[in-house]
Amino acid sequence: MAQRIDVKDLNIYYGDFLAVQDVGMTIDPKSVTAFIGPSGCGKSTFLRTLNRMHEVIPGARVEGTVAMEGVDLYGDDVDPVAVRRQVGMVFQRPNPFPTMSIKENVLAGVKLNNKRISKSDAEDLVESSLRGANLWNEVKDRLDRPGSGLSGGQQQRLCIARAIAVKPQVLLMDEPCSALDPISTLAIEDLIAELKDEYTIVIVTHNMQQAARVSDRTAFFNIAGTGKPGRLIEMDDTATMFSSPSQQATEDYISGRFG
Amino acid sequence: MSALSTSPARGASAPDPERTASVRALLRGADAGRRRKDRTMTVLMWSAFGLAMVPLVSVAWTVVVHGMERFNVYFLTHSMRGVFGGMDAGGIYHAILGTLLITLGAAVISVPIGLLAAIYLVEYGRGPLARAVTFFVDVMTGIPSIVAGLFAYALFAVIFGPGVRMGIVGSVALSVLMIPVVVRSCEEMLRLVPNELREAAYALGVPKWLTVVRVVLRTSIAGITTGVMLAVARVIGETAPLLITVGVVDSINGNLFEGRMMTLPVYVYRQYSQGLVPCSNVTDVVCIPDINYDRAWAAALTLILIVMLLNLVGRLVTRWFAPKTLR
Repeated sequence: MAQRIDVKDLNIYYGDFLAVQDVGMTIDPKSVTAFIGPSGCGKSTFLRTLNRMHEVIPGARVEGTVAMEGVDLYGDDVDPVAVRRQVGMVFQRPNPFPTMSIKENVLAGVKLNNKRISKSDAEDLVESSLRGANLWNEVKDRLDRPGSGLSGGQQQRLCIARAIAVKPQVLLMDEPCSALDPISTLAIEDLIAELKDEYTIVIVTHNMQQAARVSDRTAFFNIAGTGKPGRLIEMDDTATMFSSPSQQATEDYISGRFG
Repeated sequence: MSALSTSPARGASAPDPERTASVRALLRGADAGRRRKDRTMTVLMWSAFGLAMVPLVSVAWTVVVHGMERFNVYFLTHSMRGVFGGMDAGGIYHAILGTLLITLGAAVISVPIGLLAAIYLVEYGRGPLARAVTFFVDVMTGIPSIVAGLFAYALFAVIFGPGVRMGIVGSVALSVLMIPVVVRSCEEMLRLVPNELREAAYALGVPKWLTVVRVVLRTSIAGITTGVMLAVARVIGETAPLLITVGVVDSINGNLFEGRMMTLPVYVYRQYSQGLVPCSNVTDVVCIPDINYDRAWAAALTLILIVMLLNLVGRLVTRWFAPKTLR
């Protein structure tokens, strides 16, 4: 189910502005990879190139390769829409569709694509996705109520359920807990730990404790100054990164000396 | 724990009266002037509101009082065919039919064009073409309605020869006036849809066109309906272009593609311009001297009622489609 991603010599642009320079990394399947770094260093931008969401912004483009099991996601014969079905995404702010019920939100990936699904299959998919997102017990009695009526943490888990309902290979999470309270954060972190048995997970976080808690490998991004491109400074096993990083900048950031 | 228990003890000791007085002066002094200003502005606002309400209430009252004289089922269900002089007869059925058909025609032409233009501008448009579209929509907003009428007449005269009179020509004239309003209001509504929803759909592997149709339009449908209703209300009372393009007729014509049609605003104008009826030489037939004025007022009342009804329907649709949090 889960796939491995190799990134090579990736430059990311907004128009003429080089936002992230020369990133190369390998993201292992069935593991959690965390991106940390100060604001504006390009973690989220880089994350969005992994499912071709970056190019949705006018003028945005990339150079280099992002290969999933050897297939370049930016190759000529690759459809960005198909890429996004394989690489799901959860956003910083919970964004359930306001016009849809909880159930319809979970089924959004199927229904919005005008795909037909039998009623029993739909119910099974809703239940398995919501169970997968640890939300089933909380919402099983009100599946037809609006998704926007849930609390922030529940909405975020609904968005995770929506993302895993399309059965992606990889799940990208862009600061999924930054708008949530500690209890909801804990629920999501537990969920990430469970999901990594089936998915490759990449998470951007500002919270270094969170990176230390949930991730197997950690990548540190940094920026030399305003207007300069962000770079990948180093990437290693999370335990190594937080105990004995090889770069001085990483140690400074992790120990709280800047950032 | 100790910090918590000390603070009430501190509060228990009486504050220094001198400091109390100075703080009170400090807190009150700044407020007095502002409170006066606040009150003055509130009074000004309410009087401005009252002033604005005077013409509105006055118009509504006048139309209702004058219109009720002839407003009845007979009036709504009969045309003016064979009605002359001061006869106690005649109605506006033909004008209601004409107004509804011509406005419907205008809506059928302008809603797809306007909505698609708005979708292009918000979702796809970049560069010179989008700027040109925006510019020309602005220019269209300023076209005088009589010019729109002349344009539609000239267009159809090229095809069908001079002197052409058809309901559809009026629809085209009205759609020239309606399209910019539809584009503008739909554009506003589409821009209100948060980008996060578009990105959420893209991230689920939904193609862009389906995202636009199933997410963007679905989320903004309530606002779009309101915008279309406002645009309809804007053109349903147009007189000049219809006078040029559709003309005047006394009998019922339900065919948009053939012959003259009567419309409510033109009917009002026509009745009012005919003025008083001379009744002196009539003996046994009932003759009402100011029947033309009564008919004009009643038709005006009907027009207002139709617009109100459309707005009401629009409200219901809006409520029906509103995002589900509101329920």
